[in-house]
Amino acid sequence: MMFNIVGKRLWFFSISGVLILISAVAWGVFGLKPGIDFASGSITTLSFEQEVSQAELEQVLAGLGYTGRVESNPQGDFIIRTTRLTAEKKAELKGNLTEEFGTINEKGFENVDPVIASETARIALFAAFGAAIGILLYVTWAFHRMPKPFHYGACAIIALVHDVLIVVGVFSILGATLGWEINLMFITGLLAVIGYSINNTVVVFDRIRENQHRGISADFEVVVNNSLVETLSRSLNTSLTTVVVLAALILFVGTSIQNFAVTLLIGILAGTYSSLCIAPLLLVAWEKGKWGRFFLRS
Amino acid sequence: MPRRRTWFLIGIIVVFALALWVLLPIEGERFGRKGIQFGLDLQGGVRLVYRADLSQVSPGDEAEVIDGVIAVIANRINPLGVTEPNIEKRGKDQIVVELPRLSVTDVQKERIGRTALLEFRELIEVPVEGGEEGEVEKKWISATAFIDGQEKVLNSSYFKENTYVARDNFGGIELRFEWTEEGSKVSEIVTGRLIGQPMGIFEGDVPLLGDDGTEIAPIVQSIIRTSGRITGLSVNEATELSSQLNAGRLPVPLESVGELTIDPMLGEDFVELSVKAGIIGILLIMLFMTAYYRLSGLLASLSLIFYGTLVLALFKLIPVTITLAGIGGFVLSIGMAVDANVLIFERMKEEFRTGQALGAAIEGGFSRAWTAIRDSNVTTFIVCLILYWVGNSIAFGGSVKGFALTLFIGVAVSMFTAIFVTRTFLRLFVGTGLAQRSSFFTPYSGRK
Repeated sequence: MMFNIVGKRLWFFSISGVLILISAVAWGVFGLKPGIDFASGSITTLSFEQEVSQAELEQVLAGLGYTGRVESNPQGDFIIRTTRLTAEKKAELKGNLTEEFGTINEKGFENVDPVIASETARIALFAAFGAAIGILLYVTWAFHRMPKPFHYGACAIIALVHDVLIVVGVFSILGATLGWEINLMFITGLLAVIGYSINNTVVVFDRIRENQHRGISADFEVVVNNSLVETLSRSLNTSLTTVVVLAALILFVGTSIQNFAVTLLIGILAGTYSSLCIAPLLLVAWEKGKWGRFFLRS
Repeated sequence: MPRRRTWFLIGIIVVFALALWVLLPIEGERFGRKGIQFGLDLQGGVRLVYRADLSQVSPGDEAEVIDGVIAVIANRINPLGVTEPNIEKRGKDQIVVELPRLSVTDVQKERIGRTALLEFRELIEVPVEGGEEGEVEKKWISATAFIDGQEKVLNSSYFKENTYVARDNFGGIELRFEWTEEGSKVSEIVTGRLIGQPMGIFEGDVPLLGDDGTEIAPIVQSIIRTSGRITGLSVNEATELSSQLNAGRLPVPLESVGELTIDPMLGEDFVELSVKAGIIGILLIMLFMTAYYRLSGLLASLSLIFYGTLVLALFKLIPVTITLAGIGGFVLSIGMAVDANVLIFERMKEEFRTGQALGAAIEGGFSRAWTAIRDSNVTTFIVCLILYWVGNSIAFGGSVKGFALTLFIGVAVSMFTAIFVTRTFLRLFVGTGLAQRSSFFTPYSGRK
């Protein structure tokens, strides 16, 4: 029994094409919602001694002129996002809420000034560039021994961009629907995903190189397909174990690490898919030079 | 070969025992390290970031001024009773104050960064911006005087450090101060100019408020040369101010630019929840590995226990400050730790298919998987290095740094355990009766 993955490349390219299109549109239309790390502002975490519903709290806050979003966590605390609160403004907010709902406990408070926020954004951007350069250098080094280094490197990077776009797209949609914001941990997760995605692609490409060297077939398509099937269980098993631990993290720890874990989860799923079904198949399409004909043939 | 195998096994047992001894009990002191350090997000506490206004400081003196600020803040924090406060300079003009495991009220927080620099101001008339011709409004501006051609602002940096609180003849509260030599010159010129006019007293841009809530802005009665008093303050405010004006005075104004406060109770939940998540994650992986890779998987699970113990022992020794994201990095590294084993077992499976015996399959599987294991971890290391730099460069980078460190250590240790520990365990079976049954060591073997 042998899967023919390579022969079905049109399908995989179409699926990815659609996903990327949706992601790009979502990104273009909704954009990513910057959290206070990048945009400055305050997050106040409160709990009330008496029973307060989220709707009530939202209503009161709106009445007081706060436009921010309210969330609640499994511990029953409310997380209130506002523009940056100075000490006086914060005292005012707490005073107003105490008047309305009785005793409140402050569980947490985060305040980021525009100076710090723009510094954070700048450094995050530097990091993204640094990572891009680091990965490019690595790819050049890792693929220099492959028969056509430029082809291999370019395909790996296309797969990488594919994964990043999908994560960004999903977060644009989550931002528009659930109000999820991107913070520093999102960028961290994204960089970790980039590392992971390249890893997977390298393992598959390594096998292609090895099989080509052994000369298992004159047809490149067969070589790639065999390599894919051989590395399939490794790729799936590794992703599975990683996904399992991340799922445990999302389920048990919840809100505060959710964005981060979800970034990793989506990135790893996309990375596994692209390293198996996009990067090597692009290589075949390129090698065969049948771009035009291949889209006509079904 | 068998001799080398024995040495490897002994080595592994020794390392494991050492790791266990370092780790347990968690609170026990080992090589001078005690307990596992948790970040603010897990143990609660306060992180305050201030920016010092260095515009009035002459170039070259900045570092000294910041050191002065840090010393003053340390003095102010002492009475709060924090066990391990951490105050450090960040960048050119920022100061980060970290108070772990402490609930601090808003009033206490405000006192930590309070400038306690009183500035005297005069009221002038300025044209209303965008108003009609000739329309004026009153505005407080800093009262200054030229001494030797330099403009000096009259403020409390010219107070001698002997300010005290006293009561006047009618029982009212007075804050009494004396001018330094230079201060008395500035004061003489300023008060001489302002006789009969009000003089405002400001802290930053906020007017000093009296006991009755009104601004304190006395009318200058006569030229003041040596000493003065501020009346109208409440007892508490006057006492607080006098102590801060003396030894506890900040040399430059501070602006609060960032804050992170986490209730210690909230953090405790996270530690417990993440430990639970970690254990469940590891158990699921062990179950999966054993079900899929049989005996090999079981051995990999054993080396996973070894892995977990070693990593935690390193966290305690280095020491690594564990944050919530750091736990994420650790958990992720468990998933990746298994990857090396999976790569090896898949190679072993192929070796078995070509009819190799267990011993040859193990050696072949490990040596052929090595390049992939090495290559696939390089990118993770690159990303970890970049993230570590990010975490170090920004004010609230603790989480990022924690993630980078735990992931780095995790991946490095995982390469070691997969290559040495699992292989040594597997080699134990070479030459035993079990070795004949390759189905114990790999899925689908024997077929095809």
